[in-house]
Amino acid sequence: MSEERRAAALSVRGIGKHYGELVALHDVSFDLRAGEVLAVVGPNGAGKTTLLSIIAGTQRASAGTVLVPAGDESAAVGWAPQQAALYSRLTVAENLRLFAHLERVADADSVVARMLVQTGLGERADERVARLSGGNRQRVNVALALLADPPVLALDEPSASLDPAQRERLWEFIKRLASDGRGVIFSSHNMAEVQRHADRVIVLDRGEELFDGAPSELMRAAGDGEVLELESALVAFVERSEREHRLRA
Amino acid sequence: MRWLLAKDLRILGRSRLLLVVLVVYPAAIALLIGFAISRTPTRPRVAIVDQTPPGETVAIGSKVVSVHQYAEQLFSQVQAVEVPTRSQALAKVNGAEVLAAVIIPADIAAKVSSGTAQAHLEVVYNGNALEQSLVQAQLSSALAQANLGFSEQIQQAAASAIKQLLHGGNAAELGASGNLIGLSQIPALLARVISHQPRGSADRAAIERVAAFADFAAANLTVSKSVLASVGQPISVHTTLLHGRRTPLDTFAVVVAVTISEMFVCLLLAAGGLALEREEHTLARLVRGLVSRETLLAEKAFVAAGCALAVAFALLAGVGAFVALDWARVWLWLIALAVGSLAFGALGVAIGALAREVRASSLLAFLLSLPLAFLALVPAGAVASGLSEVISAISFVFPFKSALQALDAAVNRSAPAFGGSLVHLAVLVLAFGALARVTLRTAD
Repeated sequence: MSEERRAAALSVRGIGKHYGELVALHDVSFDLRAGEVLAVVGPNGAGKTTLLSIIAGTQRASAGTVLVPAGDESAAVGWAPQQAALYSRLTVAENLRLFAHLERVADADSVVARMLVQTGLGERADERVARLSGGNRQRVNVALALLADPPVLALDEPSASLDPAQRERLWEFIKRLASDGRGVIFSSHNMAEVQRHADRVIVLDRGEELFDGAPSELMRAAGDGEVLELESALVAFVERSEREHRLRA
Repeated sequence: MRWLLAKDLRILGRSRLLLVVLVVYPAAIALLIGFAISRTPTRPRVAIVDQTPPGETVAIGSKVVSVHQYAEQLFSQVQAVEVPTRSQALAKVNGAEVLAAVIIPADIAAKVSSGTAQAHLEVVYNGNALEQSLVQAQLSSALAQANLGFSEQIQQAAASAIKQLLHGGNAAELGASGNLIGLSQIPALLARVISHQPRGSADRAAIERVAAFADFAAANLTVSKSVLASVGQPISVHTTLLHGRRTPLDTFAVVVAVTISEMFVCLLLAAGGLALEREEHTLARLVRGLVSRETLLAEKAFVAAGCALAVAFALLAGVGAFVALDWARVWLWLIALAVGSLAFGALGVAIGALAREVRASSLLAFLLSLPLAFLALVPAGAVASGLSEVISAISFVFPFKSALQALDAAVNRSAPAFGGSLVHLAVLVLAFGALARVTLRTAD
């Protein structure tokens, strides 16, 4: 991959978020390169969704900055939340058209038509979202994130409600987007998926960044010389962190 | 904003049940209110037992009135069921065939004609407290009118007799034979007789005393005519209305019904519309840079206000088929409804920002609006002064009372001023809009 395409599409520096006395995130920093697929993993409550929400611009960080090339994170980052943010009484095409106009894309109708083709939803364009399966709803959810052709895509557990075939199709789609030069950051509990599709992994626990590197590096680092399965490696890393946290307390 | 407006109207249009309710509701309520106002209330059934002999009349002065004819007029406010005997009347009351029974005794004519003895009617009631109070009120009203009527006739007869005593003439009605001299004529007649009597004579002194008495009696009988006129109604009432309603209660009832409908439709749509964005998880997607929170709140308020305006105007127009409304003032109606709806819309989005679900927002809208509407309708003098001030303060803060006053002024030309209510509503739009903005941010 050329150097241009590996330039940072997103830079996160010292991100922190607290809700009163509860610290959701503390000093999280990383870069997302163009064309890279970056997974954010960790136990429940680690801060994954909070981090993605801050990157997408739906929440404000208590500390730190998110830098995007376009200068406006809401326009440069396409966001697909964990629960599909769609109007169930509108059709697929109506949802896409509405948000295309709100995103002020140049030619809304042609963008909508392109999205319907890219996401394989052409046949369901006039179907109301309420009648779609979970997988198809997620496809519409991702399609909405792509309307403004953003350089960065933030996906919160994109395959959570999908069956294996739908997951496969979704990841083929995401990999195509990455190969076109988009930076993709996603959260997941499915470590097999992470191992298969992610170029890099960030491990979060209690809002702190424990690891940032390739999945294979995590598998070696957690085993203390032994190469573990990725899921076991994640568990070992988190347990080590929990022990250190208890000692500090 | 137009894309959001189009989206919300499309969603509203696809909510078939809601659409039916919004269309059918004003039509149904208009028909109900219209029929309720335009039809005369049902008269209660009352058994009437007339024990007077057939053809019995009441003679007062020169007037003669048939007892049966007078009873028909007397009981025109009730649905009279003629019954021959008292026992049958009581049986009907016990059997709930009638609400009450009125027994007119046989001697009523004689007592009323005497002008001295008081006549008595027997009234027997049955039924629950509400029915009793209704029948009692109507019978009391009828009897009061009858008493007044008889009293006037007795006064007229007495005044006529006094007039004859004062001025003389044919007093056959009073039982005299032939023409009598009047009291007012006696002093002049006696003065001629006195002039022919020697001064200092005993006859002259006696006649002078009779002349003085006749003069005194004539003067006081003249006064008594005026006293008789005021006896029947010693205190009359002269009313002056400084401000407030000048129109019948039925048109005010229409305004109240329309304002309540406007409030419910607007609050529920505004609160529910905003809460729905949260339920669909689209709120975060919208406000992350596509639409400002202010624009979103304004759009929700406008959609709700527009629908409420349409429903309220349809309701008002529908009721207008039954009640006389001045259609030349239709533009004022629309202005009052529009500004009132915007104020309710602003309150609605404040509620929607607070509640995270459509059901919670709907419940909150109901719980808030119903008691506030009732409080606003409580007359100022109906409760203790301290409580009245609290109620006024609460009513001032919420849009219902001002919306009601604005529409009442537009439809019925009632005080307070139309413009003042609109200004108050405009201030409330800004205040609740600001509250919604702060609440939406805090609740994110």
